[in-house]
Amino acid sequence: MNWITNYVRPRINSIFSRRETPDNLWSKCDDCGSMLFHRELSENLNVCTQCGHHMAITPRERFQALFDGGIFVEVDVPKPITDPLHFKDQKKYPERMKAAQKKTSEQEAMLVAEGEIGRTPIVAAAQDFSFMGGSMGMYVGNAIIAAAERAVKMHRPLVLFSAAGGARMQEGILSLMQMPRTTVAIQMLKEAGLPYIVVLTHPTTGGVTASYAMLGDVQIAEPNALICFAGPRVIEQTIREKLPEGFQRAEYLLDHGMLDRVTKRTDLRDELITIVRMLLRQTPAIKGDLPKPTPAEASEAGTEPPSEE
Amino acid sequence: MTQYLDFEKPLAEIEGKAEELRAMARQNEEMDIEQEAAALDKKADALLKELYANLTPWRKCQIARHPERPHCKDYIEALFNEYTPLAGDRNYADDHAVMGGLARFNDQPVVVIGHEKGDDTKTRIERNFGMARPEGYRKAIRLMELADKFGLPVITLVDTPGAYPGKGAEERGQSEAIARSTEKCLQIKVPMISIIIGEGGSGGAVAFATANRVAMLEHSVYSVISPEGCASILWKDAEKMREAAEALRITAQDLKALGVNDLVIAEPLGGAHRDQQAAISSVRDAISSMLEEMKDMSRDELLSDRRKKFLDMGSKGLAA
Repeated sequence: MNWITNYVRPRINSIFSRRETPDNLWSKCDDCGSMLFHRELSENLNVCTQCGHHMAITPRERFQALFDGGIFVEVDVPKPITDPLHFKDQKKYPERMKAAQKKTSEQEAMLVAEGEIGRTPIVAAAQDFSFMGGSMGMYVGNAIIAAAERAVKMHRPLVLFSAAGGARMQEGILSLMQMPRTTVAIQMLKEAGLPYIVVLTHPTTGGVTASYAMLGDVQIAEPNALICFAGPRVIEQTIREKLPEGFQRAEYLLDHGMLDRVTKRTDLRDELITIVRMLLRQTPAIKGDLPKPTPAEASEAGTEPPSEE
Repeated sequence: MTQYLDFEKPLAEIEGKAEELRAMARQNEEMDIEQEAAALDKKADALLKELYANLTPWRKCQIARHPERPHCKDYIEALFNEYTPLAGDRNYADDHAVMGGLARFNDQPVVVIGHEKGDDTKTRIERNFGMARPEGYRKAIRLMELADKFGLPVITLVDTPGAYPGKGAEERGQSEAIARSTEKCLQIKVPMISIIIGEGGSGGAVAFATANRVAMLEHSVYSVISPEGCASILWKDAEKMREAAEALRITAQDLKALGVNDLVIAEPLGGAHRDQQAAISSVRDAISSMLEEMKDMSRDELLSDRRKKFLDMGSKGLAA
């Protein structure tokens, strides 16, 4: 009995308590305030099942939902020199970086991967707003260059999901230089005749909007995403008047001719497959033979499936 | 009468005294003040040298924004012949914050484009303080295409606080216009030279400054965000602009070390506004030598040189 009470029972308890306590079972919608069951919400790609509000999604979660079977391989991104300016405000830049890495378990603000969507091989890059506001510094520039180079090498289209507050101020002028730098990367794709699709997600602002995020062959945005160069607060302070309802939101930009489409996150995968296959002059995708991956499959995955090419 | 910056106050006092003495002497011919006035002049000179020998980044930023600093219009008038402005973006409007057109530099036809801030209340409003709207970038794109088609070098003069944060500017695609202008800079196969003559403010500057050769005047600044803007975001206090200016590395000298600009153009003592002609003539020499450097490059070489320059940027940081 001793062995059971002293050893086995605590083990069993600890296993269950580990399973029961984990994070919050419920999340609250940022917009309508509904309580949403965590699993349901993540199955719906962090789109509120009540009001359709699109909440943030990490690049990793997005890729798991995007790629066939949740299978993708990360593309290596060359590491830039750390803290090139020895930047210090109230905190040192390397300290801010460490805090962001701890918070997100990611190395930096962009994830690049390759895999297939609807059996169409692509390269995808996604920006992580939770990592220092998704801000564009040397690493993000390197990531976009790596993504473009990989796409050119493998002759695949590039799909890019943008999300950023703008430039990484801690890298000063070098963050600004990512505007021309990433533009060169996009030119490589264009000159290779490969489709470059941009999906603008909430929020995409500042220098990011004024470079790679506005140079897509097709520009899609998620509903209600804030997309702008200068933010609404700055504009209100400058012109001293109230801005119209929905100003700088995806639908507003669509109305003003700045976007091709506004598409719900839950419809995005099918739409990307359709568009990419048409631009590549491929046959229509066979729909329905690839069920959505279950979370278990997705987490087991890790190797690249044999390529069709 | 020179406008003094806050840190130049002691200098203003001395120069003011010398001026006063001379004014008195003009009214009263028996007074002999020349010796005294000359002593004051000497003192003022020494102080000026001292002030300008160790300028902080924030002070440089103030000099870069000095209202009497030569502006794009002054450079165009002095450096080019037959300047023929070309207007409009063919879509919506002509942006007066951006000057541009055909001109001759030492007889060589070129396309010149630049931000103009204006020099009195009326022209400043007309020029929107040098803050371009989407039409300005689209005009620049059109002019770059023209240059490319006819094989003319492009010379840009950058002096802007940044893109205009306005409602209409956003509605008409500010970000897209900036992105396309930068993209155009990276497509044309003619020599492209960019000179930061005052303020190189963020995306509005990059859209014109993605050139084969980038030069900065000695007291000009180039930054991803204004020191005030950075201070209000990172320090939550816009008054911390001195600290922000320091941290951001906005001076021509720091940026040269980072490889962002290729050349620092010397300014006369006390800044370009104290001797406009001297400043303009240094810029003339710089443009000549940069054009000369590129004269044997083929069209393809010019483009790949420019792309490589920006791809490689950031491979070195500042020394510890």
